[in-house]
Amino acid sequence: MSETTLSHPDNREPTAFTQDELGWLPWLEPFPADELTERHWAGLVDASRAKSPYFLLLARDPDILQARTKTDKDIFYNTSNGLPRAERELAATATSRHNGCIFCASVHSRFATQYSKRGADVQRLLDEGVEADIDGRWNAIIEASVALTDTPVAFGDAEVRALRAAGLDDLEIVDVINGAAFFNWANRLMLSIGEPTPPKQ
Amino acid sequence: MSTIISDVIDHLAGIRPGTSLDRLRDQRPQARENAQKSYRALFEPEFPGHVTTIERYAVAAFVAGLHRQPHVTDFYAASLQGLGHPRLTDAIKAEIARGSVEGPYGRYPQGPLTVEDKEGPVYQVSADNRESLGPRLAAALEHAHLLVFHPRDASPAALQTLLDAGWSTTDVVTLSQLVSFLSFQIRVVAGLRALAGASVRESADIDPTQIFTGVLASGAV
Repeated sequence: MSETTLSHPDNREPTAFTQDELGWLPWLEPFPADELTERHWAGLVDASRAKSPYFLLLARDPDILQARTKTDKDIFYNTSNGLPRAERELAATATSRHNGCIFCASVHSRFATQYSKRGADVQRLLDEGVEADIDGRWNAIIEASVALTDTPVAFGDAEVRALRAAGLDDLEIVDVINGAAFFNWANRLMLSIGEPTPPKQ
Repeated sequence: MSTIISDVIDHLAGIRPGTSLDRLRDQRPQARENAQKSYRALFEPEFPGHVTTIERYAVAAFVAGLHRQPHVTDFYAASLQGLGHPRLTDAIKAEIARGSVEGPYGRYPQGPLTVEDKEGPVYQVSADNRESLGPRLAAALEHAHLLVFHPRDASPAALQTLLDAGWSTTDVVTLSQLVSFLSFQIRVVAGLRALAGASVRESADIDPTQIFTGVLASGAV
């Protein structure tokens, strides 16, 4: 007897990219919060994540969740040097926009706005898509993220040259590569094991 | 199957200790270490659950092949081959050839983004290979193709197909992580290779004569 998915017939999925705060509903049963073992807590990394159905579902395989979360945090939060946080979030947003992950794009466009103070420019990326002409530096980061997101990967000499011309050094380029590559991981999970819910009114 | 490669991304991207890319990667030590831990959690798990080693490498060889990054494709194909199932390896190769398209494509929920819907194929394993792969692995490849090329078409129905083919809820989480992790690993490798290649070509553009003069001056020729 196979297990069954969860369905949410009353949910009205958001139909546009937004910087608003969305919710998310799982398509598979999350791990029961009251049965979490030490290994599961280690997998969740932050205890607060036990409140999230997304992380509780991923906690079913705690070891990969732990490694994934620590990879994520260093790529985005380790800002002792390299690319400013705003532009790492821009790479995450552009990747999510290109793959079509409305939920991921909502979270990381909010971060991009918070750190860059350029909410209108971030919104143009959401509204107009990855072709939006913003400025030389942001365009180069968006185009590089998109090229790296294509399958097969289209990121090559031209993207590296454009990033350098926009003033990025090699460490900053590695941050763009890591940020966009990581969201190819995150988008696929977020899109395929549940669905977003509309912003709270 | 145990690996003697201490860092798979370095191995696949051709990064040697002490080089400039090695030092750049070291600036994000947690990301570097945990990308490797992710690989180990998926391919050498301490608690493998019900997803077999063959299933893990068969899906990985398929996903890597679909991305057409030669170093990564060869690595996972060799790993699968090393497990000693030549017919399975041949079946995966044939399915990579059948499934290789371009992404991302897919549909949005009906609304203003519908104009951006991009049509693309829904891949199915060939009738011949369905038998040699078995229903469980065939379902996994079909789901992997969806995640690689058109993840925005994902649905509860796609997950139900996996559950009906014998994947448990926890197995589905592991499978989803495996395909999604590879989508990351392959892009880091491709990105770092591009950066290394651009650096080599740039320095070659700038100062071939200086290098040559330097060599002459050193008395090395």
